[in-house]
Amino acid sequence: MDTNKNTYTVIYTIVLVAVVATILAVVSIGLKPRQQENIKVEKQMNILNCDNLATDAKTVSDRNSYVQSEFDKYITEALIVNCKGEVTGTFNEKIGDCEAFKIATADQFDIMRKMDGTADQAAKEALAKDIQLPVFICNNPDGTKHYILSGYGAGLWGPIWTYIAVKEDGKIAGALFDHESETPGLGGEIVTDKFRSQFNDKVVMENGEIVPITVVKGGAKNPNEIDALSGATITSKAVEKMIADWMALYKPYLQKISGSKAQPAAEPADADNKEDNQTPKTE
Amino acid sequence: MAMDKKIFTTPIIKANPITVLVLGICSALAVTVKLEPAIVMGISVTLVTGLSSFLISLIRKTIPNRIRIIVQLVVVAMFVILISEFLKAYVYDVSKQLSVYVGLIITNCIIMGRIEAFGLTEKPLPSLVDGLANGLGYGLILVIIAFFRELIGSGSIFGAQIIPQSWYEAGYMNNGLFIMPPMALILIGCLIWIQRSFQKDDDKK
Repeated sequence: MDTNKNTYTVIYTIVLVAVVATILAVVSIGLKPRQQENIKVEKQMNILNCDNLATDAKTVSDRNSYVQSEFDKYITEALIVNCKGEVTGTFNEKIGDCEAFKIATADQFDIMRKMDGTADQAAKEALAKDIQLPVFICNNPDGTKHYILSGYGAGLWGPIWTYIAVKEDGKIAGALFDHESETPGLGGEIVTDKFRSQFNDKVVMENGEIVPITVVKGGAKNPNEIDALSGATITSKAVEKMIADWMALYKPYLQKISGSKAQPAAEPADADNKEDNQTPKTE
Repeated sequence: MAMDKKIFTTPIIKANPITVLVLGICSALAVTVKLEPAIVMGISVTLVTGLSSFLISLIRKTIPNRIRIIVQLVVVAMFVILISEFLKAYVYDVSKQLSVYVGLIITNCIIMGRIEAFGLTEKPLPSLVDGLANGLGYGLILVIIAFFRELIGSGSIFGAQIIPQSWYEAGYMNNGLFIMPPMALILIGCLIWIQRSFQKDDDKK
């Protein structure tokens, strides 16, 4: 057969591509449930790990069921909160599948960026209405309630994200960071216990106001300072900015939590998104 | 070429794709910061080179010569996507670490190079062996480089701390340069240098 004829070439291409596409489609459909399960379990694990729960998840043999059961045990409630601190959705069952769990912080980050990009105040407020903030309420083994907040920001090479467990007194119980493509060994070190454990007991809210957490070079000296990663200034600063941005969004809600417990006379809760970007841009 | 041991042994040292043919350098710089991703990358590339060489060799007589590169590309891409999907489903952690580099296996010159040079003209079984051996030769270099980069750059092997804490207290520091890609290039250079000094006779041809 003459394999150089045009008709042969065209038919050959079509058949080849059809066969390959079929194989890929079948495999993709077949593996999809497993992949999504992995993604879900990872998120659950991150949420638990940030509050220093389920810390041996990396070593147990059946991670998926272990994480599921720990998650169901400790995470008793999930909320959707808006920028005004109002709870717009409450979920008590099957939290791993609820809407609050499925909120993509990346989408919220997009809205935040749009808000930064527009000078028009009315447009900003309209955008702010769309922001949905997930809150996971964790019944810690020591009997206290922890509020697990999310965050998402821009690192040096790609997105970074975080889960922060806040106690009722406005202090951090634990934080966890992850990234997509920061430099391994430099910016990538934000995932290490050494870095994240520095956030324990830092103050995010005091007397109804957000207390900034600053990342500094050359050793943290003051109470709310974090020692930056050496060789990864931009990623370290990105962590600082991410926390500042998201805490500003969570502020009204945090005021409610601390207001209801610590100090009845909470300050007026107006969502003030104008001032949440005071951290200097470093890129 | 008949099936003999040489097809398998030559690409691992004597005609190693990285140190002798100098192919696939980019990924050798990118995924060798830690040992674990380096090993998974080595295995993935081995599978892709072997299987795609095998498949191309099977259909080599039917491929229209004018579009053979595209056909090769489609076959390689198919295996790369399959590997990527399986990694995501079964070793999610590692697939996260490798991130984009799994997809970039397709651009690894070793694969297309071996298909052009071997799979397109030889029988399926030798092609499979040749592809696997080239992948292993590539993986071997990756592991050697990753070993030194992880040991000196992070003080650990497979993520477990090797350098004792007392050394750090005595003033020892991890060498940050080893984490950066340029050092991987220097290491590859050193490997080539070492190998060339033992294989002088080959250059005189």
